[in-house]
Amino acid sequence: MTIVFGIFLLTLLVITALGIVHTRNLFVAVMLLGIFSLLIALNFFILDAADVALTEAAVGAGISTVLFLGALALTSERERLGTRHRWLSLAVVASATLVVLYATFDKPRFGDPNAPVHQHVAPWYLEKTPEYVDIPNVVTAVLGSFRGYDTLGEVFVVFTAGIGVLFLLSSRRGGANHRPPGERDASGIGLREHVIPRVVGRLLVPFILLFGLYVQFHGEYGPGGGFQAGALIAAAFILYALIEGEDRTLAAVPQRWLNALMVGGALLYGGVGLAGIVLGSNFLDYSVLGADPVAGQHLGIILIEAGVGMTVTGTLLSIFHAFAARDRA
Amino acid sequence: MELLGLYHYWVFVVLLMIGFYAVVAKVNLIKKLIGLSLFQSAVFLLYITMSKVSGGTAPIVLPGMVDPLYSNPLPQVLILTAIVVGISTTALGLGIVVRIKEEYGTTEEHEIQEIDRR
Repeated sequence: MTIVFGIFLLTLLVITALGIVHTRNLFVAVMLLGIFSLLIALNFFILDAADVALTEAAVGAGISTVLFLGALALTSERERLGTRHRWLSLAVVASATLVVLYATFDKPRFGDPNAPVHQHVAPWYLEKTPEYVDIPNVVTAVLGSFRGYDTLGEVFVVFTAGIGVLFLLSSRRGGANHRPPGERDASGIGLREHVIPRVVGRLLVPFILLFGLYVQFHGEYGPGGGFQAGALIAAAFILYALIEGEDRTLAAVPQRWLNALMVGGALLYGGVGLAGIVLGSNFLDYSVLGADPVAGQHLGIILIEAGVGMTVTGTLLSIFHAFAARDRA
Repeated sequence: MELLGLYHYWVFVVLLMIGFYAVVAKVNLIKKLIGLSLFQSAVFLLYITMSKVSGGTAPIVLPGMVDPLYSNPLPQVLILTAIVVGISTTALGLGIVVRIKEEYGTTEEHEIQEIDRR
C-alpha cells in the first residue's frame, strides 16, 4: 500500500515539475514549486527520512516560496520570451535522459538491504551511536558528532551566502540597516488590512515559534535539530512580517541582533571545536567536554545544534529582510 | 515487480532532466533558478531513495524494539544540510538577479546580452 502511495506521489511530482517549467507566469511557477516541495517532503517521509522531510517542508515550501516571491516583486512576473533554441535543448536533454536512464538499470533495486550504500560506514553508525553518543536519533548523532566537520562546513556556507546576499542587496539604494525612520508606504503595512490572514496568522506565530524551539531542543530524541528549528523560527518571523509589516518585525528583532545570531552561531560551533583542542583532544571531539565521554558528547551536540540554529535563523531572516527592504527602497 | 524497483530512479532522472531543460532552454533568469531548484530536489530524491531499506524504519533508536531494521542515516544527514545550503545559495542567486534587473532593466538573458554588446 505504501508503495502504491509512493508511486502516486512520485507521479504527481513529475506532473508538478512539468507544470512549473511549462507555465509562462512566474508567480504560478513559484506557487507550484511550493507544492512540489510539499510533495517531495511527503516522499521523504515515506522513505523513512523524517528529519529531511521536516527540513524540506519548512525550507522548501515555506521560506523558499517567500524568497522567490520577494525576488518576483523586484523583477517581473511574466517571462517575455519563453524558450530559446528549443529543439537543440530538447535534443540535448533527451539524449542525456536516455544515458542516465540506461545507467539506472545497474542500480540496486529500491529498498535492497544489500546495496553498496548500506555496507560501508552506515551500519557502524547505527551500531555505535548508542554506545558512543547515546542519543536515540542517529541522524542527529551523525550530523553533530561523527560528521561534525561536514556540518561545520555547511554552517559556514550558509553564513557566507547570507553575507553575500547582504552585500548584494544593501548597496546604494540603502539596505535594511539604514532606512530613514518614518518612511512607511503601503507595502510596509503588510496584510494588516485583511482580517482573516491577520487573525489566523497572529494565532499561528507563537505556536510556530514554540514548535521551532521544541524541534531545536528535542532534536536528539526525535526528528529535528538546528537546521529545521532555524528554518521554522525564521518562518514564524517571516509570517509575522507578512502580516504586521517589516517595521514592526525589525522593531521586535533588529537587524543587528540577526547579524549577531549569524556570526554568533558560526563562532559558537567553531568555539566548541576549539574547546576540544584546548581540553587536550582533537578538533570537534566532544568527548572531553564533560565528566565522561558520553556526557561530553551530549553537551557538545546541544551546543553545536544551538550554533546551527542561530546561524540558520539569522541568515534566513537577514536574507528575507534584505529582499523586503529592497522592495521599498 | 522487478522493474518497479527502479521507478524511483526513473522519477529522479525525469525530474533532473526537467530541471536541466529549464536551465538550458529558458531565457528568464528566475525561471533558470527555479529549474536549478528542481534539479537540486531531484538529487535530494536520489539520495533519500538510496537510504531506504525495505521494511526499515526511521533511524531513531528506541529501547524495546525487537530486531530493529533502520534505514541508512548517512544520506539523510547529507541531504538535510544540503537543503538548507541550497536555499541559501538560491537566495544568493536571486540577489544577483535582482541586481541585474536594477542595472539592465530586464531579467531576460538575450536582452542582457544585447545590452552588453552595445
